[in-house]
Amino acid sequence: MTDATTTLAPAADRARPRIRVKGSAIVMTLYLIFMLLPIYWLINMSLKTNAEILGAFSLWPRNLTFQNYVTILTDPSWYMGYVNSLIYVVMNTVISVTVALPAAYAFSRYRFMGDKHLFFWLLTNRMAPPAVFALPFFQLYSSVGLFDTHIAVALAHCLFNVPLAVWILEGFMRGVPKEIDETAYIDGYSFPHFFVKIFMPLIASGIGVAAFFCFMFSWVELLLSRTLTSVDAKPIASTMTRTVSASGLDWGVLAAAGVLTIVPGALVIYFVRNYIAKGFALGRV
Amino acid sequence: MQEKTVNHKAWFLVLPVLVLVAFSAVIPLMTVVNYSIQDTFGNNQFFWVGLEWFEEMLASDRMWNALGRQLLFSGIILAIEIPLGIFIALNMPKRGFWASFCLVLMSLPLLIPWNVVGTIWQIFGRVDIGLLGYTLKAIGVDYNYTNDALDAWITVIVMDVWHWTSLVALLAYAGLQSIPDAYYQAAKIDQASRWSVFRYIELPKMAGVLMIAILLRFMDSFMIYTEPFVVTGGGPGNATTFLSIDLVKMATGQFDLGPAAAFSLMYFLVILLISWVFYTVMTNLDRREG
Repeated sequence: MTDATTTLAPAADRARPRIRVKGSAIVMTLYLIFMLLPIYWLINMSLKTNAEILGAFSLWPRNLTFQNYVTILTDPSWYMGYVNSLIYVVMNTVISVTVALPAAYAFSRYRFMGDKHLFFWLLTNRMAPPAVFALPFFQLYSSVGLFDTHIAVALAHCLFNVPLAVWILEGFMRGVPKEIDETAYIDGYSFPHFFVKIFMPLIASGIGVAAFFCFMFSWVELLLSRTLTSVDAKPIASTMTRTVSASGLDWGVLAAAGVLTIVPGALVIYFVRNYIAKGFALGRV
Repeated sequence: MQEKTVNHKAWFLVLPVLVLVAFSAVIPLMTVVNYSIQDTFGNNQFFWVGLEWFEEMLASDRMWNALGRQLLFSGIILAIEIPLGIFIALNMPKRGFWASFCLVLMSLPLLIPWNVVGTIWQIFGRVDIGLLGYTLKAIGVDYNYTNDALDAWITVIVMDVWHWTSLVALLAYAGLQSIPDAYYQAAKIDQASRWSVFRYIELPKMAGVLMIAILLRFMDSFMIYTEPFVVTGGGPGNATTFLSIDLVKMATGQFDLGPAAAFSLMYFLVILLISWVFYTVMTNLDRREG
């Protein structure tokens, strides 16, 4: 490209955009391959038998088998892990978004005593290392008899998901003109009526994004959910760690379990693709 | 930004959040404070030791070593992920089908449970069954992340780059999208070079989101636990024992509640400090945009 610019100055102007597009396509292709290769390897392994995984090195499964998935989907100690995870994740998402909605409205519309401090304090909880809270959580929930229940994990995950939901929703709500609120009050709407009937439809996409991020962060977290459960509410993530440490042999099933944990995220990501940066930046992009 | 009205009744709207977060944050935090100033002989008999644990932790090599490793790790991944993320964002398609295609595929690692990320790389790097390890062995590189500290570090860093660079790229991309076409046209008329377009148009416009990206990546890497724990378990030796891993080892493995609590609080103070920087940056950003 530098050669072209020095020798053929007038032509380079026209040629440059075309060359640059090609260059960026190569960069993106390489990057996406880097992204997908480890995931491909996991899928590849999940479709092999253990004998093939350990015996022969192959880039794709020679004897395609779905046995590993069958094992997971028929063994309650495996598939209940998914059920448990989904139960507490959904509980957490519902709780987080429900309590965050009015709070985010308050932060986006009003100034009140201590609002800035409160907003900052919420952020510190999003940033708090779960490792600091693991042991106290364990004792707290044991002492109130909630240990090994779904609600315990759901409440524990509120630690970082409620602040996240408040921040994201606040980001979306400030985009709604205040005149809408005022008009509604003049028209005689009560606050709850206005909030549910008029305001929530306006920020529907924001609620969707907040719910998605609560779902996601609760789904990917392991430390707290593992600490707070033993049998009845054991999440899939923790079922997997047990297999790794105990036998270290059943690679095929482990890989299949991993692939199945990627599925929920992969399914919904298309819907939030344009908001994903905003969500990760706590509603501030 | 719109002018906000003063209304102290808004507190009632915030109350549910306050109660919930107080239950899941303040009570546990006070438990930690409680432990950090007491010692126990078991049987739930505690007695006051004052600041002894804090002094002990501040004097111990163990915490400083973990902190050193942590800072080194965070520094390295920031140095790689931020420039790489910007580079990727500059090369992403601007709109249309391919833009969505890239966005969706790039986001994929961000949505994988953290222990599965660890599992993926644990498998991927193994010399007997993993693509990466096997390939490296085949071309004659002596690579073994379970025995060699340097290999373990490289594996954990590459894993983190794989896991989180897309976040930086997505944020930078969002910043780039906000630049009006007129800016580029003006630059073209001025015959600005590619570098000056980047330096004087794109970089300043991205500065805000990049700041967020840097802080987020710093914070999250500062609390990293699950991924290195699954891949290396903190080893070989203590080579990849970062702050969180060390803390969990101390608290649940050895049940040294007092020192672990003192450790937690100092850890938390560091986080608090960074959070404050983060908050200041965020609110300044809001003000500038509004």
